[in-house]
This record gives sequence, C-alpha cells and structure tokens, in this order.
Amino acid sequence: MADQSVAVVTADRRTTPMLEVTGLGVALPAGAVVDRVSFTVRAGHTTGLIGESGSGKTMTAMAVVGLLPEAAVASGQVRWKSQDLLTAPERRRRQVRGREIGVVFQDPSAALNPIQTVGRQVGEILRRDGLARAEVRARVLELLARVGLPEPERQAGSYPHELSGGMRQRVMIAVALAGRPELVIADEPTTALDVTTQARILALLADLRDREGLAMILVSHDLRVMAHVADEVVVMYAGRVCEQGPARAVLDRPYHPYTRALAGNVPAVTSRTAIAEPLPGAPASPFERPSGCPFHPRCPMARARCATEVPALREIDAGEIDAGGAAPDGATPDEPARRRLSACHFAEEVGP
Amino acid sequence: MMLAFLLRRLAVGLFTIWGVLTAVFLVVRLAPGDQATVALGPDAAPEQIAELRHTLGLDQPLLVQYLSFLGDAVRGDFGESYRYGRPAMDAVLERFPATVTLTLAATLVAVTVGIVLGVLAGHRPGSLVDRATSTVTLGLQALPPFWVGIMLILVLALWLRLLPSAGGGDLEHLVLPAVTLAIPFTALVGRITRSGVAETMSEPFVRTARSKGLTEREVLTGHVLKNSLVPVVTVVGLQVGTLLGGAVVIETVFAWPGLGNLLVGAVGNRDYAVVQAATVLIAVCVVVLNLAADLAYARLDPRIRLEARR
Repeated sequence: MADQSVAVVTADRRTTPMLEVTGLGVALPAGAVVDRVSFTVRAGHTTGLIGESGSGKTMTAMAVVGLLPEAAVASGQVRWKSQDLLTAPERRRRQVRGREIGVVFQDPSAALNPIQTVGRQVGEILRRDGLARAEVRARVLELLARVGLPEPERQAGSYPHELSGGMRQRVMIAVALAGRPELVIADEPTTALDVTTQARILALLADLRDREGLAMILVSHDLRVMAHVADEVVVMYAGRVCEQGPARAVLDRPYHPYTRALAGNVPAVTSRTAIAEPLPGAPASPFERPSGCPFHPRCPMARARCATEVPALREIDAGEIDAGGAAPDGATPDEPARRRLSACHFAEEVGP
Repeated sequence: MMLAFLLRRLAVGLFTIWGVLTAVFLVVRLAPGDQATVALGPDAAPEQIAELRHTLGLDQPLLVQYLSFLGDAVRGDFGESYRYGRPAMDAVLERFPATVTLTLAATLVAVTVGIVLGVLAGHRPGSLVDRATSTVTLGLQALPPFWVGIMLILVLALWLRLLPSAGGGDLEHLVLPAVTLAIPFTALVGRITRSGVAETMSEPFVRTARSKGLTEREVLTGHVLKNSLVPVVTVVGLQVGTLLGGAVVIETVFAWPGLGNLLVGAVGNRDYAVVQAATVLIAVCVVVLNLAADLAYARLDPRIRLEARR
C-alpha cells in the first residue's frame, strides 16, 4: 500500500506538491503565533522555514504533524495526500505521524529518551507495528548504518548519554526514518551541534533526500544551512510570512528588507556560524506585534505608511533576473514554486 | 563498577545500624526506673533489687555493659525477655511475619493506587482530575492514622458489620489495618508520582514519542511512567521503613498480633531485651530497604549507573 502511494507521488512529483499548507494559523491563549502562512512541499524537494526565534517557524512545522502544545489551536488547511490533516480524525493523524511524516527534533540530547537504548527507540514504531523481534533488529541495524552510525551492533545497545551530539542526531534521524516516511520535518537539526558536525548532518539529510526522494521541511534560523539544502524558502517574522520563493533567488536577491538584513548579516563562508541573531533590535514578539508591517521598528527603509498599513503578501514580477538557473530543478516557469512573494510595501525598491 | 557503589552503601548501612544499637542501648539505660525495679515491683526489698541488678549485669560500668551488649548483638543475642522467659529475638521473630504481611499489604495498596492516581493527575497538570486528586491526597495525608483506624472500625466494623474490628491471621482481619496504614502512604506516593509525571510530560522526548504516532496511553506507559519512577522508588524505599514504625500504632488499634503490638507491651513492661531486639530488627529492615531502593533506581536510570561508576 505504501509502495503504491510512493509510485503515484513519483509519477507526478514535478507538478503536484505532496503537502499543501494554505492559510495556516496557530493561536495560543496569549495570541496568534502563526498568521496566514501558505507553502508547498514537493517530493524530493526541501522547503525551508527561516526566521529568528519567535517567528513562528517551529509552530508552523509542528502544526503540520499535529504536535502543537496542548493549548494551541490551528486553523487553515494542511493538505496531505488530498486530505486536510487539521480536520482529519485523530486516528488518521496518528497514522500519518512517524509513518508518513517523520520528525527530526532540535536538541537530540533532550529529544531522545534518556533511559531507553538507542536500538529500542529506533525500533519502537516497527515493534509497535507488529514486526518480529529479529526483523526489528535487522531493520534497526540497517537504519543505524544508513545514518552513518559506526558499529551499529554495538551502538544499538547504548544509551543516548553515551553518544556524542552528532551521533545522537544521527540516531534522531534514524528514529524519524524508521517508519519509512515520505516527508521529514527537520526542526533546527544542526543548532545543537558544533560546526563540523553540522556540515556532516546537513550532508546526510541532503543525501537521504536525493537518494530516496524524501521531501523535507527544514526549519532553521541559519541562512547558510538554508542555502545548502533548501529549494524553496519561506521567510517568517513575528508569525507572518515576509517573503517566499525559490531559495537561491530569495537569498541572493531579496525583495524584503528583513531578508536582506538577514542575508547581509551572513558572515563570510569561512567564519564559524551564520546566525541571523545579530540584527539590530530585538525580534518582534507575535503577542505584541507592531502595527502595520511588524518589521518596521527595525527596518532601515521604514516610512510612515509602514507603521499604519499591514502589507499584503503579493507576487513580485522578478522578470528575467531569476530566469537563469535560479529556479529549483524541475519547476517550469509557470509553477507556483517559482513565484516570488514579498510582504513589503516597497518590495520593488528592495530588489536589485 | 557497580560493586564499589554497593560496598559504599553497605558501609553506610552498617554504620547506621551501629548508631541505632548505641541509641537503643543509651535510651533504655538512661530512662528512669530500670529493669530490676520494674520486674520486682514497688514492694521489693533493696537487697532483692541489688541482687537482680547484679544478675542482669546492671551494676557494671556503662562502658562494660555497652561492649558486652554490642558483642551479643552482633550474634543476634539481645538477652532473655524476663516477661516471656525466652530469648528476646525469638519472641520478636515470632511476631515479625505478621508485621511484614501487614506492611507489604499496605505497600501494595499504596503503590498501586498511588501510581494510578499520580499518573492520572500528572498527565494533564492543572486539569480538573489533577486538582481533585491533589485536594484529596493532601487531605488524606493530613489525617492521623490512628483516628482513621478508629473511624474505619466504627463505620465498617461496628455499624455496617462488613469486616472484623480486631484480631489477626486471615485476609478478613488484614483489610482494615492495611487500608489504614496505606492511606497516608497512598497519598504520598500519589503526590510524588504526580509531580514526576507532570515534569516528564514537558520533556522533549515525550513529543518525540508522539511523533512516532503512539497513542496517549502508549506514550504514558512506554515513555513517561518509567522515567518518572526514580523519585517514587526512593520514597517507597524510605517510607516502607516508616511504615514499619507506623504499623506499631496501627497494630495496637486493631489488635493485630505483630511486632508493634509486642513492642508497645514491652515498653510498658520495661522489657528492655525485647525493645532492643525489635528496634534493631526494624532498623536493619530500613537499611536493607534503602539499599534495595538505591539498586532499583540504578536499574531504572542508566545515567545513575554511570555516575556510580565514577
């Protein structure tokens, strides 16, 4: 059954997105943390959600798999295999989790159960689905080898605290892959790791995506990570989308001052990290969102209109500039994946 | 690795038992009215008392008495019970099984009910179930056990005539004292479990468990419960000792033929040998149980195993 659906997806992967998020909102008792976010994910491709802390990127990703905190309410639509997951019965949503959509969490030392062996945690879904012990063990060893864990036989019996951070993240990825998902959500998968390990984990994720046709939602505040892995990006600020479009084009030629500030803050490739934090001013909280454009208090080009009028997310005519090779592979010029969207009143002036 | 940890714990345990022996020796010696006076009654002649004191070794210097007491204690010899006319330890050991039965029954009830209540409450902190459980357990913990015992006798034994009020031996007689003993303990286990579960629920690995498509029950039993049990095991290990002490009072209320009953009688009669033997036996049990609790949580949490190795 799973094989069939993969085949269908493969057949029209170039035209139909696997996941279509439309007008997604997430509300906490204190206010809305995600406001009208829309994006798509195509098979074998990566959509990146980027923004500073509090931008709502993680909430957006968690809303897709139904792993929001208990007090949170999601609205809008999350279409997965022609079914809206937000309105689907809990049974179906559980079935999707782990088996159709896997999740790699941010900090593997906290996201793995400290008192269960690595093998037990990787094999949990398989065991639960009734595989025989020997089969589970074989699959677990295969998974651990696939994510590049040395000596899988020995490591399957160790506990998370006995592994290094990078190894723990590999285990986390094996946990996410155990149920043979078609989409993997990676929430800041490299943030808790040192730089060398970051590069290896990113290479592993990119490799899994390319070899096995996995689709991915990558959540990160690190622009270099995005430039590395993402095909399309959604730039978020205070729970709203500022800009979205093909990754390379958006990061190279932003149409929103926020993206430009982020991209301008990326240090040279040789330096340690490329974190979006050192922008002047603190990120706006979605609970106390500034009037008008939420970015205007920190925006170097802000004008009077920005403080009063909420800018709509609109399509920008990027013209010929983006034509050469910047589009994600497989996207034809008319596809939504190629469109450039910006929520700045003066987007055209930001552009090149 | 584990051995060094074990040996260290064992040494601490032996030290504790030595402390108890010393305390027991001193308290009994320093209390007004010694064994000879009590045994012979108020009308005895001073010569008679002096003679008995001599026979019992009570006229020796305190240090000599202490050393010979320690030497005998190591061999399990706490002297003759003058009241029962036989070795004190024998009298104590004869009553011990009844107390163990009562304590185990109470522990079983408290652990089962307490953990279930704690999980229900801690699963959703702040929910109606949580607040109701917290209120009830706080109340139960505050009730004095002897009063609960008397109330249970009054309602269940005297008014409703469902269960016997006093005596021992069979299951029917066990219910009331065991429940009485279990009530504050249940409340305690419930509260500890609740806070452990509530804390574990907010751990990121619980979200990982959900991301595997597990049902809420599978998440609770597979990932939350065991991770919350370390403090519960510690408290149970410590409290079973206290429970043995609590059994002393409860046994008197319900006339349960256990160690407590014997001990209370022995204190009244100044039957030092029995008091010492019973107290030391209870202390040994507490030490052994604490050791068992240490071992149990090293088994529960591999990180404790690692620390022990260092």
